[in-house]
Amino acid sequence: MPTVGVKRDFLFKALGRTYTDEEFDELCFEFGLELDEITTEREIISKEQGDSKASDASDVILYKIDVPANRYDLLCLEGLVRGLQVFKNKLEAPRYRRLSPDSGEPQRLIITKETAAVRPHAVAAVLKNITFTQERYNSFIELQEKLHQNICRSRSLVAIGTHDLDTISGPFTYTAKAPGDICFRPLNQTKEYTAAQLMSLYKTDSHLRHYLPIIEDKPVYPVIYDSNGVVLSMPPIINGDHSKISLKTKNVFIECTATDLTKAKIVLDMIVTMFSEYCAQPFTVEQAEVVYPDGKTCIYPELAYRKEKLSGEFINKKVGIRESTERIAQLLTRMCLLSQPTGVGDEIEVEIPPTRPDVIHACDIMEDAAIAYGFNNITRTTPRTYTVANQFPLNKLTELLRQDLAAAGFTEALNFALCSQEDIADKLGKKISESQAIHISNPKTAEFQVARTTLLPGLLKTIAANRKMPLPLKLFEISDVVLKDESKDSTFFPGRCAEIFVRGTSVGRLGVLHPDVIGRFELTMPCSALEMDLEPFL
Amino acid sequence: MADTGVVETLLQRIEKVDGGADSQEVAAGLGVDHQVIVGAVKSLQTLGDVISAELRSLKHWELTEEGTEIAEQGSHEARVFNSIPLEGLPQAELMKLSFGKIGFSKAMSNKWIRVDKSHDGGPRIFRTVESIQDQVREKLLLAKRGDAARLDEKEKNELKKRKLLAEVTVKSYWITKGNSFSTTVTKQETELTPEMIASGSWKEKKFKPYNFEAMGVAPDCGHLHPLMKVRTQFRQIFLEMGFSEMPTNNFIESSFWNFDSLFQPQQHPARDQHDTFFLSDPSLAHHFPMDYLERVKKVHSEGGYGSQGYKYDWKMEEAQKNILRTHTTAVSARMLYKLAQQEKFTPVKYFSIDRVFRNETLDATHLAEFHQIEGVVADYGLTLGDLMGVLHQFFTKLGLKKWVEVGNSGVFRPEMLLPMGLPEDVSVIAWGLSLERPTMIKYGINNIRELVGHKVNLQMVYDSPICRLDS
Repeated sequence: MPTVGVKRDFLFKALGRTYTDEEFDELCFEFGLELDEITTEREIISKEQGDSKASDASDVILYKIDVPANRYDLLCLEGLVRGLQVFKNKLEAPRYRRLSPDSGEPQRLIITKETAAVRPHAVAAVLKNITFTQERYNSFIELQEKLHQNICRSRSLVAIGTHDLDTISGPFTYTAKAPGDICFRPLNQTKEYTAAQLMSLYKTDSHLRHYLPIIEDKPVYPVIYDSNGVVLSMPPIINGDHSKISLKTKNVFIECTATDLTKAKIVLDMIVTMFSEYCAQPFTVEQAEVVYPDGKTCIYPELAYRKEKLSGEFINKKVGIRESTERIAQLLTRMCLLSQPTGVGDEIEVEIPPTRPDVIHACDIMEDAAIAYGFNNITRTTPRTYTVANQFPLNKLTELLRQDLAAAGFTEALNFALCSQEDIADKLGKKISESQAIHISNPKTAEFQVARTTLLPGLLKTIAANRKMPLPLKLFEISDVVLKDESKDSTFFPGRCAEIFVRGTSVGRLGVLHPDVIGRFELTMPCSALEMDLEPFL
Repeated sequence: MADTGVVETLLQRIEKVDGGADSQEVAAGLGVDHQVIVGAVKSLQTLGDVISAELRSLKHWELTEEGTEIAEQGSHEARVFNSIPLEGLPQAELMKLSFGKIGFSKAMSNKWIRVDKSHDGGPRIFRTVESIQDQVREKLLLAKRGDAARLDEKEKNELKKRKLLAEVTVKSYWITKGNSFSTTVTKQETELTPEMIASGSWKEKKFKPYNFEAMGVAPDCGHLHPLMKVRTQFRQIFLEMGFSEMPTNNFIESSFWNFDSLFQPQQHPARDQHDTFFLSDPSLAHHFPMDYLERVKKVHSEGGYGSQGYKYDWKMEEAQKNILRTHTTAVSARMLYKLAQQEKFTPVKYFSIDRVFRNETLDATHLAEFHQIEGVVADYGLTLGDLMGVLHQFFTKLGLKKWVEVGNSGVFRPEMLLPMGLPEDVSVIAWGLSLERPTMIKYGINNIRELVGHKVNLQMVYDSPICRLDS
């Protein structure tokens, strides 16, 4: 669950009232959030780096709030406040609008074909006449970080770049070039670097080095230029210093480059809906035009409102309540899902705003209705499902045996299913290749190499760890081991292979090769094969 | 019981004596080791008030080994004096003698000898007086005889400093007659025997009192593991509530059943290397119900069944990846799919308690392997109220009085159930928790490594009480 840290006093100011910690905890719980921790910057630094480093830190109270992983609209103070205010009926949800520029053409972002090899998609938008304060600026940066970590999957799916529009001039070009051909002054640096040099420079940067592998080995790196050749950014690594945003910035150009277009659109929508609050015309966003290599153009941000119709009965039945159609519509509106009875029976039309990409099915709407109603207000009922229970026969037998083994004087051990190759082969005097074991890829330590094929090593390790116990030590374990199913030989097509036996011993296999195998050898025709050991015939 | 002979002899001694006797003296008198007398005293003490024994400690001065040597052969300095003839002795030769080095410096400070450094043939030692009195030896002989009291403190401490004399504390018992003193000791029986019962002789015998401070010998027995004991209780609860057990004997699962069929998208963080154990061999699964797989692919990438879907490119290779299952919900998915293939839908209640694997950061409460408890109810028209009701009943049976964050619960999404072919008005509710957490709370264990794995202390398993969940 992502955690959002907000300054308590700013939060209360925006909410228009103060709460005690208990009251706010209660409010979060009602809304489907969790107040995880109340702390200060000083406490955080103290915990992580020691008291001496914390002496200059702030004592301002911070609330750390856990939000559901798919609620991108609650990842910043602005979104939290908006959501809570609408929930408490203090505010009507704003309507987000995309506008054409007052004068002239919209900003254009031209995508060239070179990007297809590395990061094909891009979307863009403009926030016009925005006013930043230090807090708003911090929140703006923080939201981008949270989105990067969350829906953007550490920038691999989507990368966000925000720029001071007044320092650059469109049309902008999004292309991809060889690392040696990209040269610019990156954010917070004093001199220019080539992209290749930046890859080395950031190898030791604790934050940025995690993103280098996304483009490191590609023949070309993504880069965005303005019409004067100024580099806006080299996604997903770093922005240029030239176009960096400051407290004085009035117009913001936002670009998101991506390998997943759907997510890029969601991310863009999220940033602009959250921060257009601070534009001269609140909740309006100036559109931008994105031109594809094939000449097609798209207008962004999408800011789509989607409508769904469902019945009041659907909600009542699924939740287990009996509310009128009007009341249900009111409950949903409190969750930023503007709803109206249509007048046709108990039909309700629900409008899903661009801030709620998590609502993809009527059941999500039903869930919000339940939250607004209050889970604690739902009557607990018992399903009338009549069933006769059965035990799983293997477990039934196991339980009987366990009892009798203990009665016979043996003590039960509980060992790990994962272990080292040595444990199930070398130490037992076997070869690992003969063990029918399954292997784990990229094990962190030797203890995670394979799954046990026998319970014996676990019991022996338990005895070894309990050398000081008085003798005799009598142990037992009844549990699963994992054996590769050799009968389903994946080399051959199922049902069309056989094992060859000579005088009771297996000497080989024959059959029709599995299509995957055929493909891996770059062949196309069906193929049969036979392989046999000759030595038994000597 | 100590040697009855010694005991009786001791009792006879005490009888004869007015007042009492010192155990050390008795031992010396009888010619036995003091510990034998101590043993007899202790035996008598268990019989009640036969004797009274007061622990004393006496100090007396004793010669050390070196002191004894000097008492016999004279002090080093005296021997040095005695080994110098009239014509004197080369220093080098003197030093070769065993008492030479120490004796030389002492003899010099006593002014018994002198050194002529400029003599022919090297430094030579001569007597300075005609005769000497070996006072050290005399003092030690006094102490040896037991007359150490005749030496004053200064003399004693000096000898103590030279490690010739040592102050020794001797413990002894001052034994006097007790209230129930008698010279005969009746043997006390330790156990009731069949012969005593048969003959009735137990009526005339005295039985040794039990020592309630001593632990008895633990009977030989076997033990069940505490985690498994808790598992048995949970199993019991589910069966009592009419839940049938799912077949979970497969640690390995395909990503398809573990994630895709549950409508978890392919780029979800839980499917990372960080959180999931992927297999290198065998790396891919091949057998899937293909028509169902196609429906799953569609609902992920395009939507359908009333859903927008996730709108991404769903890849077959991703779904084929074999993993160690991250939850037993994968088995629930298989069971629900099987249920959906039935001609006619029947409501079901399923449960499972089995091992799952997470490739996460390990700490005091997290291991890579743990056990998940899962309950599932599928029926027409189930509501959130029903889910809350079932949870309440389940946790009431557990005896959980306080609100504790123990697990997760929810309703399965239509994107999961409809592609399987379950009727539209069937709802499926489910919940789960870990087995380890309630076990650690119940048995007061703070570190999960003390509960699971080969490093567990078997004594903990031996000592763990029965699992009573409802108290």
